[in-house]
Order: sequence, then structure tokens, then C-alpha cells
Amino acid sequence: MRRRRETLKNPEQELRVFRMRALLAVLVAVCLTGLLGGRLFYLQVVQHELYSTRSEKNRVRVEPLPPTRGLIYDRNGVLLAENRPTYNLTLVRERVEDLDATLSLLIELLGVPEEEADAFRARSRQRQRPFQPALLMSDLEEEQIARLAVNRHRLPGVEVEAQLLRYYPDAETMVHALGYVGRINAEELASIDAGNYAGTHFIGKTGVERFYEDELHGQAGLRKVETNARGRVLRELGHTDPVPGKDLTLTLDSELQKLAVELLDGRRGSIVAIAPKSGEILALASVPGFDSNQFVTGIDVASYRALQEDLDLPLYNRAIRGHYPPGSTIKPFLALAGLAEGKITPDSTIRDPGYFQLPNDSRRYRNWLRWGHGRVDLERAIAVSNNTYFYTLAHDLGIDKIHENMSAFGFGQRVAHDVHGESDALMPSRDWKRGRFNQPWYPGETLSVGIGQGYWQLTPLQLATATAVLANRGNWVKPRLARQVGDEQVPVELPDTPPDITLDNEGWWDRVFSGMEKVVSGHEGTARRIGTDLEYRMAGKSGTAQVFSLGQDQKYNADELKERLRDHALFMAFAPVEDPQIAVAVIVENAGGGSTHAAHLAKAMTDAWLLEDEAPDSEEVRDVLEREDDRVAGN
Amino acid sequence: MIWNELTRGLRAHPVKPSLSGIARRRSLWERIHLDPWLLGMLLVLMLAGLVVLYSASGQRLPVVTAQAIRFGVALVVMAGLAQLSPTTLLRWTPPLYLAGVLMLVAVELIGDMGMGAQRWLEIPGVIRFQPSELMKLAMPMMVAAWLSRQPLPPRWRDLLVCAAIIGVPVVLIARQPDLGTSLLVTSAGVFAILLAGLSWRFIVFCGVLAASALPLLWMNLHNYQRQRVLTFLDPESDPLGAGWNIIQSTTAIGSGGFWGKGWLQGTQSQLEFLPERHTDFIVAVLGEEFGLIGMLAFLLLYLLIVGRGLWLAGAAQETYGRLVAGSITLTFFIYVFVNVGMVSGILPVVGVPLPLVSYGGTSSVTLMAGFGILMAIHAHRRLLPR
Repeated sequence: MRRRRETLKNPEQELRVFRMRALLAVLVAVCLTGLLGGRLFYLQVVQHELYSTRSEKNRVRVEPLPPTRGLIYDRNGVLLAENRPTYNLTLVRERVEDLDATLSLLIELLGVPEEEADAFRARSRQRQRPFQPALLMSDLEEEQIARLAVNRHRLPGVEVEAQLLRYYPDAETMVHALGYVGRINAEELASIDAGNYAGTHFIGKTGVERFYEDELHGQAGLRKVETNARGRVLRELGHTDPVPGKDLTLTLDSELQKLAVELLDGRRGSIVAIAPKSGEILALASVPGFDSNQFVTGIDVASYRALQEDLDLPLYNRAIRGHYPPGSTIKPFLALAGLAEGKITPDSTIRDPGYFQLPNDSRRYRNWLRWGHGRVDLERAIAVSNNTYFYTLAHDLGIDKIHENMSAFGFGQRVAHDVHGESDALMPSRDWKRGRFNQPWYPGETLSVGIGQGYWQLTPLQLATATAVLANRGNWVKPRLARQVGDEQVPVELPDTPPDITLDNEGWWDRVFSGMEKVVSGHEGTARRIGTDLEYRMAGKSGTAQVFSLGQDQKYNADELKERLRDHALFMAFAPVEDPQIAVAVIVENAGGGSTHAAHLAKAMTDAWLLEDEAPDSEEVRDVLEREDDRVAGN
Repeated sequence: MIWNELTRGLRAHPVKPSLSGIARRRSLWERIHLDPWLLGMLLVLMLAGLVVLYSASGQRLPVVTAQAIRFGVALVVMAGLAQLSPTTLLRWTPPLYLAGVLMLVAVELIGDMGMGAQRWLEIPGVIRFQPSELMKLAMPMMVAAWLSRQPLPPRWRDLLVCAAIIGVPVVLIARQPDLGTSLLVTSAGVFAILLAGLSWRFIVFCGVLAASALPLLWMNLHNYQRQRVLTFLDPESDPLGAGWNIIQSTTAIGSGGFWGKGWLQGTQSQLEFLPERHTDFIVAVLGEEFGLIGMLAFLLLYLLIVGRGLWLAGAAQETYGRLVAGSITLTFFIYVFVNVGMVSGILPVVGVPLPLVSYGGTSSVTLMAGFGILMAIHAHRRLLPR
């Protein structure tokens, strides 16, 4: 249509154009329908024989061959997670004539408790595609297998299949470091590669089991079989072998981990130990733990409720998710910030009257020692944990500089390479407060932050990591749990490692270390009690974190309430000072002061790592703990 | 040219004054504003659909009853919409379209997650609603409303406006993500433009542009959507996962042969080898049990409905009505083509149901609402001011 364009509407022409287009559309539709018809002709007439054979005489079925899950070892080759041969009960719905009756019969034969029956029935529906066996029950007992065998003829479509099941030999101790596997749930079903997991019933839920899921799982194989109309296998047509999952060697030392758990002695708390130079996490303990083997086979409702309702929160991984005010443990880091920003020198002093006052404010921010420490320089301020010195320093630095310098040590961030579910915790800043409360930052809040109180919260893993970076003189190595994945070594240098911290004067590190050494070895150090029989040079810092309030939905009786409002005890340390081999963070909830209730645990850890060929046995641990109790009592 | 010969009849009588209102007594059908031919064919299709559904649902009567009730609702909606005059429709088009877009934005912000994708809007206890379904009708109406006010064929400026009218909701729907519906909504809008007489040069130009934009589209697809395309290219590559559907549906269709295995006799379907066999993959059951002959009968019926729809569209007097009716009819065809194409393995898998056969309420109601609008446009010709 090359006509001049009209500016007015021309109904007749529009109608003509429409009808031509409509006719054309009909022609196109006819052609496309012809195309579909052609395709159907090809499928249903030309290739009919092929599909007919496939469908009617025999059916080709593809059966998945699940890979064997990789094993997990500690750094010394101790097996932490293994696969144990067990028998599972599976059901293929298409082969069951009366599903309800079959399930009821199974419930009766296996003695499934009443409250589990619904979940048991529901499991028969969980699968990805037709003819896939659904897992009804794992880890059958001998007697149950026998009963099923006797009733086999009444149970078409029900199979007892041999399968390797995850087993954790030392579950309670290791669970928060290792994580565990469990049945694949509906949510996970939607996100995993259906083909690769076709024969797999379990998947990593937390910890390294989750983080290294892809490596541990391996690649499924498949077996093509010919079956008759009833689904019985006639012959195998070919198969691809599965590729087993890779074994994992962790950086954990199971002896040290065990020691950490024993040292906490049933108290709520966490101990994390890191080898500073390699970033290897040697122990990642959170107490109480729980038996993760229950979760593998499917935990019963009552036990799960008990775990969930336990006020000590055994399911909660304190080491990586617990938020604690750091207390005085962060004073060495703040001292370094002051040096770096030029607010103090190693020899500059303040006079401590026992309190600090903001200009034009009558409120007194008190030192823990009421009458003050008098003249205090940097090393003494750390050794005696003087609050006035750090109030002054925090005020001079201001919150922005504090936030900047502390973030460089990893506070307020996820620091580890392969720890699943790690929390950021909180390094407060002006922006954060504006966003959270829509309020400006007040100078008094900077003072609280200066002694590790207020909004500042950290995880035990963060404290251990920052201690390791400190021990490394600012050299960042990302903490990690895996040493070797399959044949591949995890490199020391990992991507996204934070930048190293550099100081104008390398000697400043030594001055801060010296202050920390005086904490344990100096004549007025807060934790001097543990320094009396030291066989190496140790640097540390105690901390006591105030507990202000409890979660609103938790109910405690009066005695418990009193106990749970007690301070948390914290201690961080590394040793030996001249060549750091281990950095430790200890947090014991509601234990009281950190110098008396956490320091000796840190020392037991460094002792075990540095001194003895063998870790102390339980007897010796008891000894350490009791001796300490006597001392505290006699104080 | 042959083309001119073929279309001469049409050009000679642009408006056929066959039924000049007042003189002739109006028949019952005219008084209730329904088109007997179209309605008849739709009813045949629905009945046949219910027969297939009974087999595909594993012979579960409740499923068939539920579907029949939905058909009833859909027919009422159709009859109701058929009573509206095109002038009313035109007046309500912009608010309807705007409401649709706003609801899509609402879905984006607060929508309920259903089946892994965010498509539903819910007022708890009152209604659960998929705004993208509304868009399937509001889209062609809005494009037609715009174009009908402009001189045709459309100019550049009109095309830009239409591109915006189509683009905004389509992007929102594609983000949900719902590839099938965004495809249908896009085609509804584009058909209106094509029927309005878009110049051929421009169509070719757009074709080339679209082809060159394919890699860009690929990069923006979700992983599972890419997987579907890859699976379409080589179903055997993933026999346990995404390829399963295609392998099983082609096997079912192919084993049906020329005459089919007979109603309720399909081994593939009855043994539950087929996934989604009563929803998007119902064609596989149809092909297995009724064979090529049954498939062709269904395709013919669909084609006749499309033909009748376009005939009614061509008989409308106003451009607006014509464009709406035409694009609703052609979108109906797209449903059929995409669905049968994907199940028989010549198109990648996108979630498009087989109209009035697949199990599902919302799409049936939308489809019949569309036919209601079509009948309204046809039946009210004489009421329009000249």
C-alpha cells in the first residue's frame, strides 16, 4: 500500500485491510495446524512401531544408581562421618493396588507409633516422578525385616532395599562443626538437580555436610532396564556407573574438639580455636550439642520437641550464630586502632580517677575499679583492663573510626570460607543506627562500644578469627574447616580475603602483645592466676559481658532467672607470642567474670595444642576444672 | 494476482447488509446476543474435553465434576459479557487495563508464592486471583482501543505507544516468572497490531530484530527455563530429570498409532508414566487413546472455532471491536499450537494449557470470557450509532 497517508480515518479501507489480514491469519493457522498434523503423523504412523514397542511390549525404565557419599575425616585421619550399611523400606505407588490398605498394614507390621503414622503416610507421596520409590522408613531393624519378608506376598510394590546410611561416631561433640544430613524435604526437592538426586534420599542440612554437599554427594549413575507391564525387571540394557562423592579432610582436630566440649562441662558456651598462619579451624565447639544421628533416620516427634523446647538450645550453633557483647576482649583491637589513627602512642598516659566524663556532661562513666588505676599507659590499660583509658580512646576515635578499624578485623561480617549458616553479628555504626532506630548516634554510645558493651555483638568464631589476625600481625588468612576436598588441597589464599592490616610502626604490635602478655603473666594482670605455671609465652585478654534482658518468650523459674542474668565470661588468647600456633576464643554463658571463669579454659586449649603429645584425657580435664573451682571459691 | 482474485469478494462488499435489523424479526439467538455456531462448537469441545479428562485424571469422577462446574461458570460469564455493548466495553477498557497493571505490580510486591512462582493475588478467605489472566483480555482491548482512535495503518508513534502498552505488563508477568502467560499476553497485543494493518516492511524488520535479540533473551532466562529449551533440543540428554516429560509424552502419542488404543485403554497414561497428564500434557492422553484420527478431529474443531471467530470479527462494524475479536480468536489458536507443539516435542515446554480440555479453572473462564466479548461485539452491531 503505497498510498499517501490519510490523516482522517477511513473505515472502509480499515475493514478491507482487516479482512485481508484475517484471511491471511486463517491461512497461517491452517499451515501451522498442518505442521502439527505432520508431526503427529510422523509420531503416530511413521514411528508408530518404535513407540509402540517402547510402550506396550516392554517398557524401558531408567533406574538411578545413587553415588556413595564422601567420608569426612579430621586432620589426623580420624573418621568423623561414615556410611553404615542399613536397610530401607521403599514403596512404588504405581505398583501398589490399594495404597491405604498397604500403608495401614505396614504401620501395623512395623509398629509405627500413632503420632508418626500421618508422617509415615505422607512420605509415600514424596517423590519427583512416577515409578520412583518413595522412602518410607530407614534403618530397619532385623525383626522388622523378618516381618516384612513373611508378609511379602501381601505387599506388592513394597521393597526392602539396602542402602548406605550416614553415621556420626561422635555426634554430640562434632555436630555443630560437621552439621548433618537428613531426608530431602519438599523445598529442597524443588531446588536440586532432579536427575542427579533421583536415587538419593539424603542431603546435607547444615555445617560442612551442607556447604560441601555437591562434592560429598557425587554424580548419580543410571541403569537402563527392560521391564514388563507389571514393572518387573526383565534384563539390563546398559548402565553408567555413579561417581562417588569426594572424601573431605577437615582442619578440625577431633581430640582438641573433644577437649573443648569437655572443658565447657555442660555449661552453655562455645570454644573456637584457629591456627593463625593457615586459618585452619582446629576446634569449633558449641555446648550443648545433640545426637545428629537421630536426624539422619528421621527423628521422632517427641524427641524433636524436647530438643526444640530445651532452654539450653542444643540445636543452636553458638560458635557461629551466638551473638555476645564482646566485653573487654576487644580492648587490644581498639588500642591498635588508636595507634593507627594517631590518637595515642605506646607511651602516652592518662590519669584515671575511676571514671570518665564527657565534656559538658555530669554523668560519670565508671572504671570497674572504683578508685581508679592512677597513671595508665597502653600496656597497663590492657593488663588491668582499665575502662577509663578506653573511654578516653573511644571518645577520641569516634564511632566512625572505630567502625572502620574494627571492621578490618572482621567484626560484623561473615569471616569464614566454608562455614554454613554463619551470622554477621553486629558492628554498630552511625548508618546502622539510623537505619535500625532512625536515631542519631550519641557520644555516650561510643563510650559503651569502647569497652565492648552497647550495641556491639560478635560470634565466638569472629572473636577467634580476629585474635588469629592479631596474632598474625594483621595478616589475613580466611578461617576454613576443610583442608582437602577429594585430592584437592584448599589453598591458604582464598578469594574475598579481607585486606591485610598494616601499621606505620611494626613495633606497635609488640607493645599490644606485651600488654596482652601482662594480662596472664603480669603482677596485676586480670588473669594472672593462669600465668603461674606457663611453659610458653601467652597473650590474652579477658572480657565480661553484661546480660541485660532475656528473650520474651522464654520462661524461667526464679533460680534459673538469676543464673541466666549473670554475666557471660569471655577470654581470647594466642600462643606462643613469638610464633603463634593457636588462637582461641572462649565464651561461657552466665558464668561470671571472664578472667576467672574463661581464662583457664583457654589455657587448657593452648596447653593441649602446644605441650602434650597426647591431649589430656577426661580425668585430667576434671582435674583442671576442679582445681579452678577451688581457687575461685577460695578467692 | 491470485491474491487479488481471492480477496475480491471481500473488498467488493466491505459491509454486508444481510441482516438489516428492523425489517426482519430478530431471532432468539440475536435477542440473547449469542452466536449459535460458535457456542455449539465450544460446547462440543467442552464435552469432548470432559471425556478425555475422565481418562486422564485416572477415572476420577470428582475431577470431571469440578471441571464441569467450572465450565458452567465459564458459560455464565460468557453469556453475561455477551450482553455488553461494544461502546461499554470500549469505555471500560482503560480502567480495566490499568487495574490489571496495578494488580500485577501488587503481585510483584506482595504476591503469594504458588508453585514456586509468584502469580497469585489473594484477599484471604475472599478470592484468589491471577491478575495475569485478566491481562490476557485487557491487553488486546487496550491495544485495540488505542489503535481504533488513530488513522490506520498504524504509524511509528502508535507503535511506540502499543509497545509500551504491551511491554509493561509482559515484563511484570515474565518476572513472576510465567513464560507461558507472558507469551500469550504478548501475542494478544501483537495480533491486534498486525490485524490493524501494520506494514509488511515493518513486520519483516521486527522479525529480524527479534531474531537478533534471541541471545539477549537467553541470558535473561531463569535456569529452569534454559533447561527446558536445552531439553527440548535433546530430550535424551537428561532422561531422569527435565527430559522425562517429553520422552514420555512422545512415547504415549506415538504408541497411539492411527486409530488409538481406545478410551481408558492407554497404557502409558493409565499406568501414570505421564506427568501432569490431566493438565498441560493432556494431549498425550488424547493422542494415545484416540490416535491420529482423534487428534486431527480435535485440531479441525479448533480450526473451525478460529475460523468462525475471525468471521465474526470481520463482520463487526467498528475497528475496535474487530481488532479485539480478531486478536482474542488468534490468541486462542496460539494456545492450541503451543500446547500441542510442546507435548509432541516440536516446541520447548512452556506452561500453556490445551484450551477447554486441560484441567484448570482460571484459564477456562478467561477463554470463555474472551468468546463472550467476541459475541458481544458481533451481536450488538446494529445498536452502534452509524
